[in-house]
Amino acid sequence: MARTVAETIRDLTRGHIDDGGIVIGQCLTAVGWVQNTIPPQTKGIVELPMTDICGSGIAVGAAIMGKRPIFVMRFQSFLWLNASPLVNYAAKSKEMFGYPAPVFARAIASESDGSGPLHTNCFHSLFMHMPGMRVCAPMTPKEYEAIWADYVAGDDPFMVSEHRRSYKSEIEFEDQIEDGAEITLYAVSAGRFNVEDAAEALREQGIRCNIVHLVWLKPFEVDARVLAPLKASGRGIVIDSAYEIAGASQSIAYDLMLATGCPVKAVGQFDRSPGVAKHLENGTPTAERIVEAATSMIKDG
Amino acid sequence: MTDANSAGPAPLEPLDASTPYPVNPANDPRRSPDFGVIDGLAEEMDRDDSLEMFRRMALTRYFDLRVQKAQLDGDVDCFIYLAVGQEATPAAVSMSMRGSWVLGQHRCHSIYLSFDGGPMALADELLGLPTGCCGGLGGSPPINDIDKRIIGHNGLVGDQVPVAAGVALTSGGDKVVCFFGDGAAEEDYVLAAMGFAASRDLPLLFVCEDNDLSVLTPTVERRTWSLTNVAEGFGMPAVDITDDPWLVDHWTRKMSENLPALINVRTCRELWHVGAGCDNNAEWNRYELTKETLAGMQLAAEVEKIETETSKFVEDLWRERLQKRSEILPAGT
Ligand SMILES: Cc1ncc(C[n+]2csc(CCOP(=O)(O)OP(=O)(O)O)c2C)c(N)n1
Ligand SMILES: [Mg+2]
Repeated sequence: MARTVAETIRDLTRGHIDDGGIVIGQCLTAVGWVQNTIPPQTKGIVELPMTDICGSGIAVGAAIMGKRPIFVMRFQSFLWLNASPLVNYAAKSKEMFGYPAPVFARAIASESDGSGPLHTNCFHSLFMHMPGMRVCAPMTPKEYEAIWADYVAGDDPFMVSEHRRSYKSEIEFEDQIEDGAEITLYAVSAGRFNVEDAAEALREQGIRCNIVHLVWLKPFEVDARVLAPLKASGRGIVIDSAYEIAGASQSIAYDLMLATGCPVKAVGQFDRSPGVAKHLENGTPTAERIVEAATSMIKDG
Repeated sequence: MTDANSAGPAPLEPLDASTPYPVNPANDPRRSPDFGVIDGLAEEMDRDDSLEMFRRMALTRYFDLRVQKAQLDGDVDCFIYLAVGQEATPAAVSMSMRGSWVLGQHRCHSIYLSFDGGPMALADELLGLPTGCCGGLGGSPPINDIDKRIIGHNGLVGDQVPVAAGVALTSGGDKVVCFFGDGAAEEDYVLAAMGFAASRDLPLLFVCEDNDLSVLTPTVERRTWSLTNVAEGFGMPAVDITDDPWLVDHWTRKMSENLPALINVRTCRELWHVGAGCDNNAEWNRYELTKETLAGMQLAAEVEKIETETSKFVEDLWRERLQKRSEILPAGT
């Protein structure tokens, strides 16, 4: 039976606990069990007091001890506080001390629904900036299973940038490559949900486009799968739920441009704080914004 | 400085008296070499144990004085955080806690050596060699010897304290000792880690090496509260004592029966916060006081023998490692 992303996370977590692993975080056992991503049990679950910074330090300590903690941050806004032990301790441990600190950091992005300036947030780019962590944004059940298998097989600390919009989804995305495409849309995080609508709208205007789905942000592999459609279409856009400036979208666009010489635009959150009011929201680029960016690029030649 | 034949390290000469650090500006009576002392502890300890404890103090002192010389000679040019003056606390804690997991912060050569971390790997680290305890990546702050259960430090003050709580949470009941400074004690995450350890009843001994300084700022200019009160407020036992090694050993044994617990140890930093310099005389010289106590126990000859052996060991080690470096690293690196 098809499962949602949330159910997939919950089942992987339950199995991990059965294998002796632990989950660490704040308010995990409270209402909703983190959007149904945590198994409703007390076994293997470490409830933290309200201790950001300290909390991720505790997770890093458990990781050094081989417990492979899943460290849950209910909102990515908490990443600013929790980042330091992750990037300064866990990410450096293997290189500096010779033993790994494989923490599986789950950070949940969200937007809209009045989430406002604090909780409209997606900050995976922060962790791409620093060496030592692998950064990914799985949006489908199979992708989640694959990155989990990767984590278990290796010993790197992971920053897993989740998005609430994926939790109830059962969709498995596939790249869409069309003959005669005029543009390639690279999509990251919740941008992947909007890009499908954008492509539909573009096709209605008679503009053919490719869609390439990106799960791994770091390392970002500049391979034939991502390059061939860009070379064929001659231009591209990287769409991400995070801020554009110095963010994943600009960094990936740069890699793609360098590898192909084709122009690639970055489209992410606007450079302003998101508001609670509808007209002040600032989340993942909408289908309209993506369409606008694509048509203006094509018009400009 | 020191050589293999000297009976003891030469007294430290102030290098730069223009910026003397404040010595107990609050006139706090707890800053004294006798604070909390219990008579008779030295005599109660087995003589060989007393000498072993002194040997660990001597190793730190000779080693760190050798590092000081290496910096002055231009052989070590990374930041160095020396524990000269603060030898007693880690040496005493290690007497009953070796084998536990250990975490310290930047001023940590004393902790590393007392807990049996390899001296050669530490020298190599300071010399930037790939055989250093962090492969030459870390320099002075990040002690690290996983075989001895000494977990590395990243240089951010107090970062090791929540990590120690995580280690204690998952150590299967094995004890954990976490050293930190009076400055680190003010970090929010250090306090949160203490609260977590208390709430979870973790097997974690917190040891605050309280030299009354954060860089050059004395405690009185930073806070009004006492760490022992805070620890007690969290529900864990706590004591505040001077750095007499027999006293520290006594409380380590006692407190480790009922963890988590905190020991705040009043101690004196003799050298600069970072670097090889020395501004003025410390409030007391625990190393010399310890030797006096041992002499009073008719152990002066043994003390001299330990110092001679330690001095020779450290000198030989550094000579050999410097030689090694000149062989593997091109001149000028
Ligand atoms: C998180 C962090 N803040 C500030 C510093 C700069 N710093 C380095 S050592 C130090 C003082 C630490 O005082 P204490 O914990 O008492 O240790 P001591 O140097 O006295 O041994 C400071 C502020 C740092 N390294 N890390
Ligand atoms: Mg201090």
